[in-house]
Amino acid sequence: MSDTRGLASWLTTTDHKRIGLLYFWTALGFFLIGGIEALVIRAQLAQPDGHIVSAETYNQLFTMHGTTMIFLALMPLGASFFNYIMPLQIGARDVAFPRLNAFSYWVFLFGGLLLNASWFAGPLFHAGMLNVAPNGGWFGYANLTERQYSPGPNIDFWVLGLQVLGISSLAAGFNFIVTILNMRAPGMKMMRLPVFTWMTLVTQFLIVTAFPVITVGLAFLTFDRFFGTHFYVREAGATPILWQHLFWLFGHPEVYILILPAMGVVSDVLPTFSRKPLFGYTVVVYSGVLIGLMSWGVWSHHMFAVGLGPIADSVFAGTTMLIAIPTGVKIFNWIGTLWGGDIRGTTALLFAVGFIAMFIIGGLSGVSHASPPADLQQTDTYYVVAHIHYVFFGGTIFGLFAGIYYWWPKMTGRLLSESLGKWHFWLQFVGMNLAFFPMHFIGLLGMPRRVYTYSPDLGVGTLNLVSTIGAFLIALSILLFLVNLLRSRTHGQPAPNDPWGGATLEWSVSSPPPVYNFSVIPTVTSRLPRWTTEHHGPMRDPPAMPPAPIHVPGGSWWPLVAALGLPVMALALLTHTLWVAFVGLALLIVGIYCWAFEPFEV
Amino acid sequence: MTHAATGHHTSMGLDNRKMAFWTFIGSECLLFGSLISTYLVYKGRSVVGPYPPEILNIPFTSVSTFDLLMSSLMMVLALAAVQRGDMKWGKIWLFSTALLGLVFLGGQVLEFTEFVHKGLTISTNLFGCTFFVLTGTHGAHVAVGVLWLLTLWVRALQGKLGPANAMTVEITGLYWHFVDVVWIVIFTVVYLIQ
Repeated sequence: MSDTRGLASWLTTTDHKRIGLLYFWTALGFFLIGGIEALVIRAQLAQPDGHIVSAETYNQLFTMHGTTMIFLALMPLGASFFNYIMPLQIGARDVAFPRLNAFSYWVFLFGGLLLNASWFAGPLFHAGMLNVAPNGGWFGYANLTERQYSPGPNIDFWVLGLQVLGISSLAAGFNFIVTILNMRAPGMKMMRLPVFTWMTLVTQFLIVTAFPVITVGLAFLTFDRFFGTHFYVREAGATPILWQHLFWLFGHPEVYILILPAMGVVSDVLPTFSRKPLFGYTVVVYSGVLIGLMSWGVWSHHMFAVGLGPIADSVFAGTTMLIAIPTGVKIFNWIGTLWGGDIRGTTALLFAVGFIAMFIIGGLSGVSHASPPADLQQTDTYYVVAHIHYVFFGGTIFGLFAGIYYWWPKMTGRLLSESLGKWHFWLQFVGMNLAFFPMHFIGLLGMPRRVYTYSPDLGVGTLNLVSTIGAFLIALSILLFLVNLLRSRTHGQPAPNDPWGGATLEWSVSSPPPVYNFSVIPTVTSRLPRWTTEHHGPMRDPPAMPPAPIHVPGGSWWPLVAALGLPVMALALLTHTLWVAFVGLALLIVGIYCWAFEPFEV
Repeated sequence: MTHAATGHHTSMGLDNRKMAFWTFIGSECLLFGSLISTYLVYKGRSVVGPYPPEILNIPFTSVSTFDLLMSSLMMVLALAAVQRGDMKWGKIWLFSTALLGLVFLGGQVLEFTEFVHKGLTISTNLFGCTFFVLTGTHGAHVAVGVLWLLTLWVRALQGKLGPANAMTVEITGLYWHFVDVVWIVIFTVVYLIQ
């Protein structure tokens, strides 16, 4: 076994808990970067005719803000909990493939660095700093993103960065699916899985099916940009709409990839702080599965403005309205869980309830553009920006914060300050509504999204100012959150095994858990193993000391080496240097072979 | 690697690596599905030649297809031999599978070269784009499979591959058969139905 301290131990770690922490801190870093980009955007739009940044810089800011938040902040923050919490919830000692798990993390890190390196890479391409970051919007529509219309390396960074990140998500997807299906403790039947783990499973199925589609879409764009193909070139007989289909075929499942984990968190947090089992567990689980399936049949509602014809529009309007049903069912189940419960107003619960409230607003505006005639008015206006932020900020971020406040003690052994937490919640709640609610009106009054400045005649100056004030309130709340995190390391109260009275297995072990998780693998007899129900008493927690020595897999350098090959190959394309490609390929191949043949026992 | 060897307990009773590979194959179906759909969507939309009927050589590719099908048979025999501990034949069949894979790749190289000579490159027209990217992606999968099979063959020569590693060979087989099945679809869609 390798050392457990020092830099090398982190670089070689295959422990799901450490990888979870790496995901957490890396994603938090990218979340802050994406947030700063948002603040510059809001400062620019605070009043009409703003001129803090140029139009060119603005294009890069909104593209990188969207791309960063979706692929580098929200997805990996979810992944941090998949890593840390899910194996504990199913009573496993690690994920099915610990080294593949490390590989996923390193690929994610390198993909994120590659994307963000674009901010400073200008001089490499005979341009200034802040000139070659991606600038085609987070959905990178062809044929704007073709070499002809976007000649610089900006879109190259975007295409290659996303391609690298996709590999990370896919590898993690296979790993988590096998872990959840195959590594459950005795008695942990599928219908006894905590809902967070269930939603993790659905999310992973969406990832392994949706990401290949964007992989192909991005590969086509890469070939168009580098090798002269014509996949999106109208003059050659192709149609740029192909990109939109491929992107949104991935993109709509992606929306649920982002929201389902948050729904899972909320479904675990609410019962704990209501002292009641989740209302309608089975229905919540099946709704989640149904949402996953239906998310494959709604993609063209992003494309009503394309003019796909009345039949396609009607079908996709119908499916889009239908998918609101399982989502609504879940909302009633969460409210039903709170109803009559012995509610404790912890910060985690506040965020969970905030999630429900904000997600309802985001869901309603979503249904409003399920109708093609209404959507035509809303497309490409701030109304859509309002919607996406109620769903991803009010939804995903609030849900993930509920998870952070809930599981932080488990992950670090320290409780966060509840009073700072509540300040954080209320500031963020007020800030988010100030920032995003006026956008509904700004959009309906006619302000298009993605314009770097606007005229005072449009009459949306005041609303935009309110929105900017809200954005800075959010920033203040995030600052309080950071203070809370850092303060907890030195001043936080030590967390007992189970600070909240939770029902699920992660609360049966110490905080943070020992490296082997469970001294004795528990046997599960119910959905709420640690609670007393009418049929049985609570389970006995595993003893603090293992009765027999437990084998713990050691570390490995090879996932890191193999992962490094991918950004190096991307670099070869970016700089058009063939030998760099061979270096990258060699790293990948050597990494994989040494990985396959090193002695490593799980 | 130890999972198969020690018969590690799993909740579904299916080996972890095998399950991971099935999910991987599911994912690959979407990858090839997107590529094949694009080929079909863009069929007949090229604005300049050469067009498929002028250039596709069905007899030649039929031989390649037969070769790949036979390699799947070799793969089945290889797995059966390894499972019953007959490593002499295990080595022979593993090598034959890889060899037939190499023959297929050689055929693809010949075919691509001929197409380029006849004026069809990846950037000539939509047919060229979709054809080369689709069959090229498949070819890359075959190449990875050949590398994998040769690795197993070398391990067998070194005496490091035996019935205890039958699961490794089985998973290689899963991949190989999948790549073969994808080719059947491509052969039908691209070559036979023009």
